[in-house]
Amino acid sequence: MREFFVFVRKECYHIFRDRRTLLILFGMPVVLIVLFGFAITNEIRNVKIAVLDESRDTYSRRLVDRITASGYFAVSTYLSSEAAIEREFRRGEVKMVVVIPARFGHDFNHGRKAPVQLLTDASDPNTGTTLINYANAIILAYQEEITGKVKLPLTIAPEVRMIYNPSLKSVFLFVPGVMTLILMLVSAMMTSITITREKELGTMEILLVSPLRPLTIIAGKVIPYIALSFIIALSILAMGFWIFGMPVKGSLVLLLLECLLFCLAALSLGILISSVTSSQQTAMMISMMGLLLPTILLSGFVFPLESMPKPLQLFANIVPAKWFIIILKDIMLKGAGLRQVLVPTAILGGMTLFFLLISVRKFKTRLS
Amino acid sequence: MRTIFFILQKEFLQVFRNRSMLPIIFVVPVVQLLVLAFAANYEIKNLSIDVVDYDGSTWSRQLRDKLLSSGYFSLHRQAYNYKEAFDDLEANRADLILTIPRHFERDLVRENEVKVQLLVNAINGSKAGLAYGYAANIIGRFNRQVRLDWLALDEDDGPQHFDISYRYWYNPTLNYKFFMVPGILVVLVTLIGAFLSGMNIVKEKEMGTIEQLNVTPIRKHHFIIGKLLPFWIIALFELAFGLLVGKLVFGLPFEGNIAWVFLFAAVYLLVMLGLGLLISTFTDTQQQSMFITWFFLIIFILMSGLFTPVESMPLWAQKLTLVNPVAYFVKVIRMVMQKGSGWEDISIYLGIMLLFAAIVNSVAVWNYRKTV
Repeated sequence: MREFFVFVRKECYHIFRDRRTLLILFGMPVVLIVLFGFAITNEIRNVKIAVLDESRDTYSRRLVDRITASGYFAVSTYLSSEAAIEREFRRGEVKMVVVIPARFGHDFNHGRKAPVQLLTDASDPNTGTTLINYANAIILAYQEEITGKVKLPLTIAPEVRMIYNPSLKSVFLFVPGVMTLILMLVSAMMTSITITREKELGTMEILLVSPLRPLTIIAGKVIPYIALSFIIALSILAMGFWIFGMPVKGSLVLLLLECLLFCLAALSLGILISSVTSSQQTAMMISMMGLLLPTILLSGFVFPLESMPKPLQLFANIVPAKWFIIILKDIMLKGAGLRQVLVPTAILGGMTLFFLLISVRKFKTRLS
Repeated sequence: MRTIFFILQKEFLQVFRNRSMLPIIFVVPVVQLLVLAFAANYEIKNLSIDVVDYDGSTWSRQLRDKLLSSGYFSLHRQAYNYKEAFDDLEANRADLILTIPRHFERDLVRENEVKVQLLVNAINGSKAGLAYGYAANIIGRFNRQVRLDWLALDEDDGPQHFDISYRYWYNPTLNYKFFMVPGILVVLVTLIGAFLSGMNIVKEKEMGTIEQLNVTPIRKHHFIIGKLLPFWIIALFELAFGLLVGKLVFGLPFEGNIAWVFLFAAVYLLVMLGLGLLISTFTDTQQQSMFITWFFLIIFILMSGLFTPVESMPLWAQKLTLVNPVAYFVKVIRMVMQKGSGWEDISIYLGIMLLFAAIVNSVAVWNYRKTV
């Protein structure tokens, strides 16, 4: 046991001596959370649009004013002909064009119906539809302002209540997401790289002829990283709480234990990767290529899982990040207790054991 | 010249000799492209909904059926009471709850207005917003139908109004894959370019073999070019392969001249390789080099407009994208492929990229001389 602690201490020295890596490990989460917490949203603001106003009467001018006054849109150019639309779109700055045909005000007053056309650059389909929805609502509001609210008979009025996040802050989703991403990659990459490094430099053989058992060696290498990842998790939680007002409605102890569990899961994945590779480059590429995009895309972090095709939804079940994000959201935003998050917790625990089991077996056969 | 050729040969041999590296470079990216293109989709479909229908009338059932037949929602449970449905929402089994009050049909006719309640799980704010938008839209359409049927009201006889029409340019079917696949390709090409190049040089440092190279007659620029060029070639090959797969599998549009994409990629890769080189001059171990590269890349990628539009970022973040090479490439590849943008549209971006390449590489080479 004493040897084990000495070994752990040696590993800690290794980590602490490398100031640069340490700085990155701790600086990175801070920068990432602040940056993404503020920058990554799906909210629309100040989108550049162009206007082709062939009418130029008070109605059309006020319509454009209404659209820009909302703060969602900013007119970057006034076009003079239809042909100019294509050019604007191709240059890529303008995302929507509002086309107001001639005699707009006249048609509205005398024809009771005045056409407006909204053209969006739907090369980004999501932004395209969102912009149209926004503009549509603004134009209708303007219409109501002119005509006065027309009370229609037989009206079904939908009343909405947004639960858990009434102001629809996207940061509530991004903090857990970024946290998962950082922990996953840092833990998995760190461990896989440190272990393969020993292999690559040939020092693994030296360790193996020492009186320490292989399992002890791995554990000794991993323990300092568990501590490191846990501290990273803590600092992310703290920032989420104090900077972005992420609530922690559930038990803090439970939340921390779950973080620890996820760190373990990621580390065991790292050990698994290291047990099947012999060079740092390969280990890194596997953790990058194999974990980066799936963790971003298949965890429900950016894109909703239920909209994906069924096979992909099934596949997402083996992505540990998915379960951790569910746990985080449930505990932090819904105030769930252990009973509610039992299933995802059990799955994460099971994955961890599974990864460890395989890697222990692989490891032994490789080194004997 | 001959020296460079020999170094290149050596480097390529090293890359191809590493059996586990080959699938990572060539197979994994393509698999990811194929799989993840399906994942990257903001379209809301199959949201699970609980309906609490206290009325049980013809109209309330029709309203429910309208929602379910839209394709956006699938019924999780027809709940008997509100409490039951709320449990489903809490346990993530339902994304939203529609509650239709008692006497819905009667009150609609008698009082001329009746409220239905929608409860949305809003943890994912954008999803919740879209879900509500769709639901409100469907309810509105149902409402008009009821009005037309019941009152025989003709819409054209209505009050004066704006007649708003829409057109979605460049992607009328709103196919999200046309948008995402080129973007994912950019990430894959970037990973190869920036990571492998940087690590490859640091590896020689870590192993101590760089000193051996330093005492050979190989000049430093030979060494650098020899180290970087293979990955430049591999990454461009990767791009070509990815585009081919994208064309065959997803029917990606090639509106513009694809040569512009390759020209831009060639310059872009110089920036990324230069970045890898620069990082390698600051670091001594592959681990360090990897973490620094990872740090920059994750920022570059998440702030490139790939997943979330640049337009929706706050102004300071939009300014930051001006120095983000990934953002330019994502933008250009989408412009050329989807909109057919040509030289006059992309030349400015190409110029910026050339400038980046010149700066990054000069700093890297200058720093390389100092340290090694």
